[in-house]
Amino acid sequence: MSDNQKVRFIIERQDSPDSKPYTEEFDVDYRPGLNVVAALMEIQQNPVTVDGKKVAPVVWECNCLEKVCGACMMVINGKARQACCALIDELKQPIRLAPARTFPVVRDLMVDRSVMFESLKKIQGWVEIDGSFDSVDAPRQNPYTAQVAYEISHCMTCGCCLEACPNVGPQSDFIGPAPTVQAYLFNLHPIGKYDAPKRLEALMQKGGITSCGNSQNCVEVCPKSIKLTTYLAQLNRDVNKQALRNIFNV
Amino acid sequence: MAKAEKRVIVVGGGLSGLMATIKIVEDGGVVDLFSYCPVKRSHSLCAQGGINACMDTKGEKDSVYEHFDDTVYGGDFLADQLAVKGMVEAAPKIIKMFDRMGVPFTRTPEGTLDLRNFGGQKNKRTVFAGSTTGQQLLYALDEQVRKWEVKGKVKKYEFWEFLRAIKNKDGIVRGIVAQNMNSNEIVSFPADVVILATGGPGQVYGRCTASTICNGSAVSAVYQQGAEIGNPEFLQIHPTAIPGSDKNRLMSEACRGEGGRVWVWRKNPETGEKERWYFLEDMYPAYGNLVPRDVASRAIYKVVVHMGLGMQNPNRVYLDLSHIPADYLERKLGGILEMYTDFVGKDPREVPMEIFPSIHYSMGGIWVDRMHHTNIPGLMASGECDYQYHGANRLGANSLLSAVYSGMVSGPEALRYARAGETGEPLTKEEMEAARKECVAEFDKIRQMNGTENAKRLHHELGDIMYKYVSVERDNNGLDQCLKELKDLLKRWDNIGVTDHGSWANQEAMFTRQLRNMIVYAMAITKAARLRDESRGAHAKIVLDANGERVTDEKGDLVFMNRDDEKFMRTTIVSFDKEKEEPVVTYREFEHSLIKPRLRNYAVAKKE
Repeated sequence: MSDNQKVRFIIERQDSPDSKPYTEEFDVDYRPGLNVVAALMEIQQNPVTVDGKKVAPVVWECNCLEKVCGACMMVINGKARQACCALIDELKQPIRLAPARTFPVVRDLMVDRSVMFESLKKIQGWVEIDGSFDSVDAPRQNPYTAQVAYEISHCMTCGCCLEACPNVGPQSDFIGPAPTVQAYLFNLHPIGKYDAPKRLEALMQKGGITSCGNSQNCVEVCPKSIKLTTYLAQLNRDVNKQALRNIFNV
Repeated sequence: MAKAEKRVIVVGGGLSGLMATIKIVEDGGVVDLFSYCPVKRSHSLCAQGGINACMDTKGEKDSVYEHFDDTVYGGDFLADQLAVKGMVEAAPKIIKMFDRMGVPFTRTPEGTLDLRNFGGQKNKRTVFAGSTTGQQLLYALDEQVRKWEVKGKVKKYEFWEFLRAIKNKDGIVRGIVAQNMNSNEIVSFPADVVILATGGPGQVYGRCTASTICNGSAVSAVYQQGAEIGNPEFLQIHPTAIPGSDKNRLMSEACRGEGGRVWVWRKNPETGEKERWYFLEDMYPAYGNLVPRDVASRAIYKVVVHMGLGMQNPNRVYLDLSHIPADYLERKLGGILEMYTDFVGKDPREVPMEIFPSIHYSMGGIWVDRMHHTNIPGLMASGECDYQYHGANRLGANSLLSAVYSGMVSGPEALRYARAGETGEPLTKEEMEAARKECVAEFDKIRQMNGTENAKRLHHELGDIMYKYVSVERDNNGLDQCLKELKDLLKRWDNIGVTDHGSWANQEAMFTRQLRNMIVYAMAITKAARLRDESRGAHAKIVLDANGERVTDEKGDLVFMNRDDEKFMRTTIVSFDKEKEEPVVTYREFEHSLIKPRLRNYAVAKKE
C-alpha cells in the first residue's frame, strides 16, 4: 500500500446509552505502522466525515497503547480485540469499528465494563493477608507454579473473552471466563489457597462455572494468550471435588 | 472511645495512590479514591523491568548502603538523602509484602526471588515479574483495595477527573471538585485531607512512553492554586523506546540488563572497514550498556544527531538481543519482545530492534517535605507527581519503589495529620458550592468555544516545541525561544473551537481544559531549565559564546556546562504568579549531609 493512500473507517456511533446507533465514515491518511488508536487520534485532529460533515470526535477509551491496560478493547472487523495493537496493514479494508455490545454502551466505542470488576469481588479475587505490614516473611514458592500464576496474572480485564463468549449476555448470569479463571490464580498461591473452598463455592452459584458451555471462543480471542479453557476445565474439576467434599462434609 | 473515622481523598489509583489507600484503611480511616480510569488500568502497569531492593539472593554481598549510594550518585546529588535512605531501607520489606500479596515474581530454581542487573548499579538488585513487573505490582494492590471496597472502607470514583482543591477560610485544603467523565456532572467532595497521586506529566511532550492519561493536569491545577513545584526541569529521557506517531513505546532497560547491546554501523577509523560500533561499551568501559538513562540518551543523541551515524530520518539506533538464546529471552523478557513484534511486526529474537530516546519520567513534581506534605496545608502529594527521591536522574527500577514507598509514607501520615486536629474548619456548604460553580462555569465556557484552533493539533505543537527546546540537550537561546512560543500557544488556546458542545462524555471539552494546564506546566519546566546554568543528571546545558553560538571543543564536540554545586546544589522551586500567569523560580536548600558529592563518571567504576 503506498503512502498517499487513504484508509476508510466505518464507525458505529451512539451518542448516549439510550440513543440509537448510527454509522459514520472517515478517511485517514495511510502511513506504515498505523494502528486503529493512532487512526482514531487522527480523526480527533480533524473530525470530518467522508461526506465533508464536521462532527463531534469519536469517543473511545484508551490509556497505555501498549496492550497492557486493557482499556481500548472494541470490535474491529467483527472481532473483539485491543485497538492499540490492531495494525492497519493486517486489517481488511474498509475497517469496521463497533463497541463491544456485551457491555452497556456509554458513548460511541466506549462501554461500561464495571460488571467485570464486580465479578472479581464475588470470586474473592485477592490473597487474604493479615496486613500490609512488613514484619512477616513470605512463603517460598515452586518456580513452575509461579510461572503458571504469571501467565494468568496477565489478564487485563479487557473483556474480549466476555464479548466472544456465547454464554455471556442477557440470557445467562455467567460472569464470564476472565473473572472465573482469576479464582484459579488465587487458589494457586500458598496463602491464597487457604480460601480456595470459598472461591470454589462462589463458582458453584448461579453465574458460576456451570454456565460455561465450553465453546472455546474465549481462548481464541484472549490478547494475552492465556490458556483460559485449560484453567476453566481445571476449575470445573476443583469445583466438583469441592461439591463432593461438601456432601460428605470432609 | 473509638477513633472517629477520618476521610481521606486520594486522587489517582496507581501504585502510590493504592498503597496510601491501603495504609489508611488498615489503620481505621476511610478513603474516597478518584481516578481517570478503573484503577487497574493506571499507568504504573507500564513499568516493565523491575523494582530495586537489596535482597542479596545472588551471593554478591549487596548492601542497602550500596543501593543508597547508587541512587544518590545516579541522581547527581540532587535528591534529599534522608528521604532516599528511608526508601532504600524499606525496599526489601516492600518486596516481602508484595510476595505475600501474590505477585508472581520470577523465581530461581530453588524457589527464591530472582534478581537482574539494571543501569547504574553494579550488583544484581532488581526483583522482577517477567517483563511486566509494574502490571503485577499494580494488580496486587488493586486486589487488596478491592477487598477493602467490599468491606465498605474504600469508595471508588472511577472515570472522575480531579479539577481543583478547595481550601477553607484559613487556606487549609478540605476538599476537591471533580467531574464525572461520563455524565460530565461536576461535584464538590469534602475530606479531612487530600493526597494527590496523579502520576507524571509525560503528555506535555505529546509523544512519550507515558499513557494518554499522564497529562500532569492535576499537578498544574494545584500549582496554579499555590502549590510549589520542585525540580520540574529534570525529565528523564529513556534511551530505548520504539518511536511511534501515537506514542513512543518503552523497550525496557531489562533488555540491556539481560545482555542487550546498543550499536550503529560505522567505518572503522583505522581500517576504514564497515563495522558495528558498540558505542556505549566504547565510551563507558566500566558500565558499558548499563550506564544510567541520561548518560545513554546523550550518547545516542551524540552519535545520531551530531556524528550522523545510525539511521536518519527517522533517527534510530540498534538495540540488539539477537545473540542471546531464544529460550532465555522468552523466560526473562517474554512480554516485551511480544510487544515489539505486535507493534513493529519484526521479531527481536532474530533482528536487532530499532530504538531512539523518548521522554519517560519526571524526577520533578510537586514539592513535598519528607512526610509528603506540600506547602499548602491539607494537601499532600505522592508518587511520580511529587519531586522526591530521584534528584536529577532516576535509576531504572527505582520508580516502582518510590511509588510504593511514598504511598507507605503519605497514607499513614495523612491519617496522623487528620487526627492531630490541625485541619481547621470543614468546608461550609457555601464554600463547596462556590468552588463547584466556578468549575461548572469554566466547563460551560469551554464547551462553547468557537475559535479556529483544534485542541489536539495544538497539543501536537506543544509536544514539538518541548522536544525541540527542552529535551536531551538544552541551551539558553532555545529556552528563551521556547518560553516565547509557549506564551503564544497559551494565547492561541483561547481561540480553540470545539465541535462537541454536549455534556455527555465530552472528551473534547475535558481534553481542552487539560491542555491549558499542560501548557502552563510546560512553562514551569522551561523557566526552571532556563535558569539552571549548569549540567546535572538529565539537565544538560550547552555553553554559548558571546554571540550566542554553540561552543565546540577541538574535536568538534559540543561543550556542556559543568555541574556547579556551589550555586545549584539546590532544589528548584517554581511558584505560579497569578497576575502575570508566569512561573517564578527560587532555590531551596535540601538535606545532603550523608554522602559527600563527588564527580559522576560512568566511564570508570564508581568510588565511594
